[in-house]
Amino acid sequence: MSADPAALGERVIRPQRGMISVNFAELWRYRELFGFLAWRDILLRYKQTYLGVTWVVLQPVLTMLVFTVLFGRFAKFPSHGAPYEILTFAGLLPWQFFANTLAESSNSMVASARIISRVYFPRLIIPASVVCSGFVEAGISFIVLLILMLIFGVAVRIQLLLLPVFLLMTFFVTFAAGAWFSALNVKYRDVRYIVPFITRLGMYVTPVGFVWTDVVPERWWMWFCLNPLVAVIDGFRWCILGPQFTPYWPGFALSLGVGLVLLVTGLVYFRNTEKTFADIV
Amino acid sequence: MAVISVRQLGKEYRLGTQVHDTLRDQITALFRGRKKQPAEKFWALRDVSFDVEQGDCVGIIGRNGAGKSTLLKILSQITEPTEGEIRIRGRIASLLEVGTGFHPELTGRENTFLNGAILGMTRAEITRKFDEIAAFAEMDTFLDTPVKHYSSGMTTRLAFAVAAHLDPEILIIDEVLAVGDAAFQKKCIGRMTEVARAGRTVLFVSHNMSAVTAFCSRGLYLERGQLKAVGPMREISETYLADAFSSKGQFEFRRGKVRGSGRIWFTSLNIGPGTANASLVCGDEMTFRFTYKAVTEGIPARFLINIHDQQQVRLLVIDSHTDDSFPYLCPSTGSITVKIPSDVSLVPGRYSIELMALTSDEVADHIPGALDFEVHDGDFFGNGRRAHQPAAFLTKSAWSLDVSGEP
Repeated sequence: MSADPAALGERVIRPQRGMISVNFAELWRYRELFGFLAWRDILLRYKQTYLGVTWVVLQPVLTMLVFTVLFGRFAKFPSHGAPYEILTFAGLLPWQFFANTLAESSNSMVASARIISRVYFPRLIIPASVVCSGFVEAGISFIVLLILMLIFGVAVRIQLLLLPVFLLMTFFVTFAAGAWFSALNVKYRDVRYIVPFITRLGMYVTPVGFVWTDVVPERWWMWFCLNPLVAVIDGFRWCILGPQFTPYWPGFALSLGVGLVLLVTGLVYFRNTEKTFADIV
Repeated sequence: MAVISVRQLGKEYRLGTQVHDTLRDQITALFRGRKKQPAEKFWALRDVSFDVEQGDCVGIIGRNGAGKSTLLKILSQITEPTEGEIRIRGRIASLLEVGTGFHPELTGRENTFLNGAILGMTRAEITRKFDEIAAFAEMDTFLDTPVKHYSSGMTTRLAFAVAAHLDPEILIIDEVLAVGDAAFQKKCIGRMTEVARAGRTVLFVSHNMSAVTAFCSRGLYLERGQLKAVGPMREISETYLADAFSSKGQFEFRRGKVRGSGRIWFTSLNIGPGTANASLVCGDEMTFRFTYKAVTEGIPARFLINIHDQQQVRLLVIDSHTDDSFPYLCPSTGSITVKIPSDVSLVPGRYSIELMALTSDEVADHIPGALDFEVHDGDFFGNGRRAHQPAAFLTKSAWSLDVSGEP
């Protein structure tokens, strides 16, 4: 028998009233299950695709080539002295993490209906573990990035060590959206049609294939930075390509703040609807 | 010392509203400023209080809609009570279904770990017990094969083996002994009995009365969301059976939550050739009459009436889909009569009916143990004779002898 602290004392089940906050101690107790579910999501992701890893490599590389030709060669957006391929790839890395895991994360509560109505555990684990499966893809993409940097002669900078911090930010932004949508999806089943639309639309307002300060008129800058992914992508470019890509800090702060608000409200909304999930899912 | 104490427990569900709203409707309602109709409320459980002592093995019985599943779900923290309070000492594991979280694409080994973790085992525990689990499931060669290639029997055995190796202080079991073949069921009951002997507390819900009585020392009898009787299992089961078989052969369903999408739900069931009791006589034409409601007109409905024996073995499936005269689309409310000709009959004994409604792609409503009924001995063959050996069914037959005797 494991030394589960909750097992030793007395547990009381009674209706919860008022605002429910996140129970971090409980989440910590269930860390093993979280690991197992993340491991399952990773296994499933790669068992179900024939192309597997090849696809993970091919998808961003092909997108990179299209964007480079479209924005770099035809539209001639400035590249600030960096190879346009790397500039695009640096933006694609977090974007793909977001886009590829959001849909699944949003659908995760409904997809786990059977488990939810039969076993108890903190439900937040479900959307979080799906988002975690994105780390494997990010790891593979990172290796591709290193190879591309070698090919295009981009020097590896010490700031590259900060990349995990920005990757973690990507995780939290995606998880925040995942928590919102997965909880909404339990009650409102048309949410799943909205999510792909948001990802598609998001592609245009997220600076994946270009540097947004060159493209967006200055009076619109703060509006543009309401997108929480702007800070993440700016961070990636700065780490990978150097000081000429130093983020526009006021915008960076705003974008980060929006992400944080999204995360906190997402967690609160999820937690407060959580108790009804088993009844309506 | 009580390991579980339940005080004035109540759970309220809303009825009649569509469960899954759409965001679109919600937003249009916001603009039009129209108020939602107040939902009809329904208490699935009300004012239930009891204590369970350390080492007790408690059987929870009651008809469908009595609140058994709701009680177990509240105890296992899957759903929250509306009022009242429960105090629990010790680690709880609930088995509301074996194989929860099994994924067809994963191998037997992977599923064992995943399912074990979902049921509350630690990685170290599963690793330690892995060989034992594999041996219990009588499985060694297929552990690294994806479960989708398993036969349903194999999957069930593995799922149960994982569940049987849970080692909590309190174990909650719902209906799960009704799986696998008879030999495997016996093995499972044996294992559960071991768990109970080791001083663990067990709460057990089943429609299989012989299993409940054999296995449990104390009984809780729920009726219409309230506790009707508590006491020694034998007494409680006698009370229950007396009630079940003396009641009229009609049952109005009264449920908080439909097991299924809820697009169709059963409202009543009534059997027999119009007798007052839930009983039939061998040789009579069997009639089932049920009523349902649906969320829309012209719903593609399919109904199933399954008949189980006391050991929960499914004997008979009566499927509306197999009858050409049954309409493809049904109205939003209706009453359906199903006649079974008297050429075939169940042998005398006690049976239970499981009802299921399907829409084109999903289960809309599902009531296991919707109604218990008894078949009495009668003159099935119309000549006062009996078949030599009893089996599950009786059938009329035409025999002829060809005197030429050529093979």
